[in-house]
Amino acid sequence: MKKTYLLKNLNCAHCAAKIQDAIGKIEGVKEVQINFMTTKMILEADSKEYDEILEKAKKIIKKYEPKVIVSL
Amino acid sequence: MKLRITRILLSAALFAAAMLIKTDNEIITLIFYIAAYLIIGYDVIFNAVRNISSGQIFDENFLMLIATIGAFGIKEYPEAVAVMLFYQIGETFQIYAVNKSRRSIAELMDIRPDYANLIQDDKTVKISPDKVNPGELIFIKPGERIPLDGITVKGVSTIDTSALTGESLPREIQAGSEVLSGCINISGALTVKVTKAFTESTVSKVLELVENAANKKSTAENFITKFARFYTPAVVVSAVLLAVIPTLFIKDQIFSVWLSRALTFLVVSCPCALVISVPLAFFGGIGGASRSGVLVKGGNYLEALSKTKTVVFDKTGTLTKGVFEVSEIHAEGISKEDLIKAAAYAESFSAHPISSSLKKAYGKEINTSLVSDTEEIAGYGVRAVVEGKNVIAGNMKLFEREGIKAKDIAANGTCVHVAIDGIYMGSIVISDRIKDDSIDAVQKLKALGVKKTVMLTGDNEAAAKSAADKMAIEEYHAQLLPADKVKILEEIMDKNPDGKTVFVGDGINDAPVLARADIGIAMGGLGSDAAIEAADVVIMTDEPSKIATAIRLARRTVNIANQNIVFALTVKIGVLILSAAGVATMWEAVFADVGVAVIAIINSLRALKIII
Repeated sequence: MKKTYLLKNLNCAHCAAKIQDAIGKIEGVKEVQINFMTTKMILEADSKEYDEILEKAKKIIKKYEPKVIVSL
Repeated sequence: MKLRITRILLSAALFAAAMLIKTDNEIITLIFYIAAYLIIGYDVIFNAVRNISSGQIFDENFLMLIATIGAFGIKEYPEAVAVMLFYQIGETFQIYAVNKSRRSIAELMDIRPDYANLIQDDKTVKISPDKVNPGELIFIKPGERIPLDGITVKGVSTIDTSALTGESLPREIQAGSEVLSGCINISGALTVKVTKAFTESTVSKVLELVENAANKKSTAENFITKFARFYTPAVVVSAVLLAVIPTLFIKDQIFSVWLSRALTFLVVSCPCALVISVPLAFFGGIGGASRSGVLVKGGNYLEALSKTKTVVFDKTGTLTKGVFEVSEIHAEGISKEDLIKAAAYAESFSAHPISSSLKKAYGKEINTSLVSDTEEIAGYGVRAVVEGKNVIAGNMKLFEREGIKAKDIAANGTCVHVAIDGIYMGSIVISDRIKDDSIDAVQKLKALGVKKTVMLTGDNEAAAKSAADKMAIEEYHAQLLPADKVKILEEIMDKNPDGKTVFVGDGINDAPVLARADIGIAMGGLGSDAAIEAADVVIMTDEPSKIATAIRLARRTVNIANQNIVFALTVKIGVLILSAAGVATMWEAVFADVGVAVIAIINSLRALKIII
């Protein structure tokens, strides 16, 4: 499954890079791309575990950039 | 943003007061400095504490905090406050610049339609475009954006395609014309039968392509990503070494002097300038290109385009219109109109492409009741009785067979000879027209320093040579079968190893060649899914001169990215060296950090500008 999310308040470019790296290391993630300019994240992962992975990804985002709001 | 500015002003005022107060009591000035520091730096302190508690040691906020607290520690109060103050001013500029570039990009990609007017039982309902199904009718008022691809059923109008093609001339639309989503309806109301669902429509495809382009990174972008990973740790480690080593191993060194130099290092530890500006340049370049009617599928292709040295064109449909037209009429003892008429009538029953070209040149309705006794002689031509006269039309071989003397013309195309009642009446040459734009395109490429232009065609030698000469293309390969093209392209690539080789085709039957070239460019991508799939770069219009535009855009983008890399690295490394030597202070360090970032972002914004 592949979905695109909007990361509102993403203001730090190398944080975005760090978040992308960290999410990419979650087990089950096929691909993750964070575009700093459009503040969009494309997350592709196994459909079965998608919700679980998404929660983990949100935690990582919160850790690096607590102000970011993740929405569809 | 307002809060930031208020904080900056307040802190600056306290800072100035602390500098100006003449008092022997150090405590009072220190209070002013600390107040100024806290006002401007509280969020940095907060973030630093939060991030370090979650284990991020190379956090920008944390390093900034250490640098300034350290400066307080060695009693460099003004420096401590100033660094924080200028860091925040710089950050403010940086946020402003990032927001501005985001807005520009959003504007550039603002071709997504918001709604469609669906026609239901004589009424129109405003709904989201993705809710409309193919086959349904939609109503488009003047001034509205066309929400979905479709065929015009009713209405006459002009549409502005510039958002997709970069073409400023409006296109005329009437019943039967195809309209594409993303264009703007200018003058009249249109009723359109939808042919594609929203996710399959042109506007969705274009937006998807441009957004996904960020995933295919250029070497410059990959370099920055790798560089950023080791830069911060490297600077921090050298700062620690700088603080400790000299005082331990060199005699009579004062720790606080080296500590102050080390703290300066920390201020320059963020690779922000590069991390933001280089991807921004490429993203901006791709976005700007899309508005010029050139879709580039990734930063890597943009980078490759900038190094183009060889351009290989497919002839039919790329350099020529791909429509066979009557180009020359040699009438003998008969008017040109009558010659065309005779040929068109005689060929009227034939399914051969030549027939439709002749009919088109004749331009009037063919009264088939006037034609009788038709006979098609495959590989030769036709014979028919037209208005009671025996007409034969065909090639030289047919005339030799019939024993009629025909004049041999060295034609650039297919020559149809005509005889009426056994008397030679002249010939009609049918050829594929070279686009007006093609000659210009080749000249522009040469002006850009492209070393070699090559044309591939299935045409005969004479036609190929004539076309190549006309367009000043240096090399041509004639009489190729579609399967030969990959082999020829490989040979060309082997012979011209420096620089990149571009292949330009129409994307319909040359997918393997498009894939084999360093960069495959498909022409006339507007509305053609096959072309968009097959190529690395899609030119939305059918103008080959856009290849030159694409190369110029690519070069500008790569230049901007390189300028930023060289500029940011030079200043940063320069300031690091100078501060290690004790020449540069925290003031220079702050400039090397946020000042450079702001300048680099502003430079990157140039990549967004549209080239036509």
